[in-house]
Amino acid sequence: MIAEAGLAALWLAAALALLQLGLAFGLGGGEGRRIATVQAVAIGQGLMSAIAFAALLALFLRSDMSVLLVASNSHSQKPWLYKFAGAWGNHEGSMLLWVTVLALAGAAVALFERRLDERTLGATLGAQAALALGFFAFLLFASNPFERLNPAPLEGRGLNPLLQDPGLAFHPPTLYLGYVGLSVAFSLAVGALITRDVGPALARAMRPWVLAAWILLTLGITAGSYWAYYELGWGGWWFWDPVENASLMPWLAATALLHSVNVLAARGGLRAWTMMLALIAFSMSMVGTFLVRSGILTSVHSFAVDPARGSFILALLTIYIGGALFLFALRIGDVKEGAPFEVVSREGGLVANNLLLSVILGIVFVGTLYPLFAEAMTGEKLSVGPPYFDSVASPLALALAAMMIIAPQLRWRRDSAPILPRLLPGVFVALAILGLTFWAAPTIGWLPRLGLAIGLGLVPASFQPLFGRSLRRTPLATYGMVIAHLGVAVAILGAASDSAFTKEKLASVRSGQTVDVGPWLVNFRSVMPVAGQNWTALEAELRASRGSGVNVLRPQSRFFSEPPTTTNEAAIESFWNGQLYAVLGERDADGRWQLRLWWKPFVTLIWLGGFLIALGGVMALAGRSWTERRQRRRLADMELYP
Amino acid sequence: MNRWLRFLPLAVLLLLVGGLAWRLAVPASEEVRSKLAGKPVPTFQLDAAVPGKPGLASADLASGQPRMVNVFASWCVPCIAEAPLLLEMSKGGIPIDAIAVRDRQEDVEQFLARHGDPFQRIGTDPESRVQLALGSSGVPETFIVDGRGIIRYQHLGPIEPADLPALMREWQAAR
Repeated sequence: MIAEAGLAALWLAAALALLQLGLAFGLGGGEGRRIATVQAVAIGQGLMSAIAFAALLALFLRSDMSVLLVASNSHSQKPWLYKFAGAWGNHEGSMLLWVTVLALAGAAVALFERRLDERTLGATLGAQAALALGFFAFLLFASNPFERLNPAPLEGRGLNPLLQDPGLAFHPPTLYLGYVGLSVAFSLAVGALITRDVGPALARAMRPWVLAAWILLTLGITAGSYWAYYELGWGGWWFWDPVENASLMPWLAATALLHSVNVLAARGGLRAWTMMLALIAFSMSMVGTFLVRSGILTSVHSFAVDPARGSFILALLTIYIGGALFLFALRIGDVKEGAPFEVVSREGGLVANNLLLSVILGIVFVGTLYPLFAEAMTGEKLSVGPPYFDSVASPLALALAAMMIIAPQLRWRRDSAPILPRLLPGVFVALAILGLTFWAAPTIGWLPRLGLAIGLGLVPASFQPLFGRSLRRTPLATYGMVIAHLGVAVAILGAASDSAFTKEKLASVRSGQTVDVGPWLVNFRSVMPVAGQNWTALEAELRASRGSGVNVLRPQSRFFSEPPTTTNEAAIESFWNGQLYAVLGERDADGRWQLRLWWKPFVTLIWLGGFLIALGGVMALAGRSWTERRQRRRLADMELYP
Repeated sequence: MNRWLRFLPLAVLLLLVGGLAWRLAVPASEEVRSKLAGKPVPTFQLDAAVPGKPGLASADLASGQPRMVNVFASWCVPCIAEAPLLLEMSKGGIPIDAIAVRDRQEDVEQFLARHGDPFQRIGTDPESRVQLALGSSGVPETFIVDGRGIIRYQHLGPIEPADLPALMREWQAAR
């Protein structure tokens, strides 16, 4: 019954989306009544989608093996958290989650949006309904999550053990919330282009959505990077895998959009550019989804390889992005550019930031898709790996960080006051550190060297917007910017330290043998079998010492029976100045064990930085909504007591 | 902004969609062709890995007859798995030579005694120099070289029963 109820809710939601689309673009009703109806329909559509998703969750929690999706992705012996996560750890479930979040976001716009005039709000809800409709069709016609299986098997097939990890249980929904948050920015841009109403009001309506989406993408990417680091057991934190790039590309676009939407909100400038970025950001979410879902690019974690579904998403992508870009081309001539500004100004700095981010986005985009097109042209199979991305994207990322030392110190419109004293702290620290590295670490590469210098220079520069002003009167959003920029500095320092100072050792050892890595002596004690709830493992005991004290590390080689898979559980021991990372490999013919050890100084700063960036976003979001509400209340008070 | 420039993003998208659609319609071929296929074997000269059996030189591979060259090592576990298949092929009349990578004489002898010896010549490559020159990145790998010393085919990883038809097809083609 639950499955049928879920399917019915899904059909109802789709019908409501169709109705919403029709009402929004002028089928029936007078102007004033219509917007209220569109809002009500949007809320109903959100509710129905939520019911459908709740039904799927219930099916997974009850391990209802008569549902095909549950039988092929769950197992009755699984810990409940993974039954829960199993609901979206597969193609159909994750698409249902996607469309549910999309519909709920539309409902939230209908409920809470007060800044836009009725026509633009109506067009926005129409665009959002059009997006949802396509994905409903995709679910109902090509990937029904509620399909029954007859006869029902006694036991299910389990969840891919690589995905069986608390971090990963919440990684995809975080990213999805981010992707779909960008869908609202997309719909707002489409709505505004339709009604030719691009201005500061639109930017203020768009900003919280972009911020929230960007926070979630930041958290999702940070968590995903840490997951890959400790779960895949290869000791790295970024692989430029197509799936990683699929989330990085929307993040880059959203970061650029976040900065340009501020220029539009505060100064009325960069109108066309902001609209373009709003369209690009969600387009990148869709392209990312397409790449992951279609199996068109091979990757360690692409799943649901199915060309038929790929074609469906490709068709949706063509209609939505193509339609929006066509609309953009038709209407953008009517959009007036906002207030002018000079090159050396806050706006100028933000334009430079936007250009750099766009170029990085372009590089990642080309690198991700190039193998596809190269094969189309030459018939030769090739792959674009870390060497390309590292060598092209890293210098640009450093240039961007160097810009961050300078741009926040500039003033809006034009900056004629002496600039140099304001730039001095950051630039001085950066140059001093650069000089210092030649003395302290003469052998490191130039990228990590510059990374250390620019990262440390960015630390004082991040705090500088707070200098010389009353700390109690400074808006929370400014603190948010300070923390987010500091986070970038911290992450860069972590990445630079990791690539400059990491020590690696691959050894083949017998019990009792000792291996050294960096400052550590690691003694290989024994290998013992252990068992968990749904896996068995061989666990090594390592005793690591550095001066005084001993740390015990227990890396595992885990075996899951459903489906049969072996995973390497790295053992990671964190210290204030780095992490010791151990992976147990295979046992060779004469009884020695492969052991891989890394000493990674300050590597945790990478994820601490990501967390700080997201925290800065949360502060900015909270600060802005609080200020806006206070302003609205003050306006309301003025209307009540003239 | 120029009127036509505004349509540029749309044009880029349509180009992209075209490429993706083509790629969906024509799925990637499963076979990985080596970059070396069609190129001559690099010149090398390897000492004998075990006494009583000649070493291997590039000249031996241009004898007018196609040959197989198996890159292996006694410490390589997948090499054990493919050993019976190599033995069968050599009994079926295919001349197979070998390059032992980073190995010691007694280890190779032990390996051959335990898992069979299908090889006519075995060269020792203690520093993997020849292996790298051949464009081989791991053990085991198997090359098919035609009578003029041109590499025709490169098989990565252990030979499994399912690989035999493809291998035999390439072998026939090299003759």
